[in-house]
Amino acid sequence: MIQLTSDPIDYAKLTESVRSTASGAVVLFLGTVREMTDGRQTLALDYDAYTPMAETKLQELENEAHARWPIDQIAIVHRTGRLKLGEVSVAVAVSCPHRQEAFEAARFLIDTLKATVPIWKKENWSDGTTEWVHPGVEPAAESD
Amino acid sequence: MKVVVRLFARARDAAGAERVTLDLPPESRVGDLRTALAADFPKLAPLAPSLLVAVGNDYAGDQAILGEDAEIACFPPVSGG
Repeated sequence: MIQLTSDPIDYAKLTESVRSTASGAVVLFLGTVREMTDGRQTLALDYDAYTPMAETKLQELENEAHARWPIDQIAIVHRTGRLKLGEVSVAVAVSCPHRQEAFEAARFLIDTLKATVPIWKKENWSDGTTEWVHPGVEPAAESD
Repeated sequence: MKVVVRLFARARDAAGAERVTLDLPPESRVGDLRTALAADFPKLAPLAPSLLVAVGNDYAGDQAILGEDAEIACFPPVSGG
């Protein structure tokens, strides 16, 4: 199951959704909004997504993980819109017969999501500036 | 041919638009699109080398040929999670 949503992520419900008697292991990864980055203070993050492509890429990720590990079920949800400190921006839940493949698959899913799924975060810093995060590209502070 | 390009994140802010229309020769490639974007929108030029291009919801390399009706999007590296 993959989803983009502007609503808070119910990660307990999400975790429950992948549980079954076929699995002996469930791994949950949560990405949460961190306050401090390299000495700068974040007030909030704005997430934007290219929704149709993001959904396509998330589905491809789910399919690839199923092909590589003996996974029972996968659930991935990513937030969009404005998130406050501590809020959950992404949740990845994986169930497998054994823990090793569950850890490996969850790690693959979040690492590949971060590198390939068209979603972006914008920092709202405490000094009033904002900045889109684009790994590998020089920051260019904006004042909007 | 005219192609419509959706922009996201810093590329959208730099161009000042969510969608832009470019006039390209037929059989243009993704690399030509990148060059045209930088020429038409000077504020996008510094970003141009790092822009990713998607055609029909999948990443496309600079050699890919653009169709007139293709859904095209352009954006800097992603940062979800």
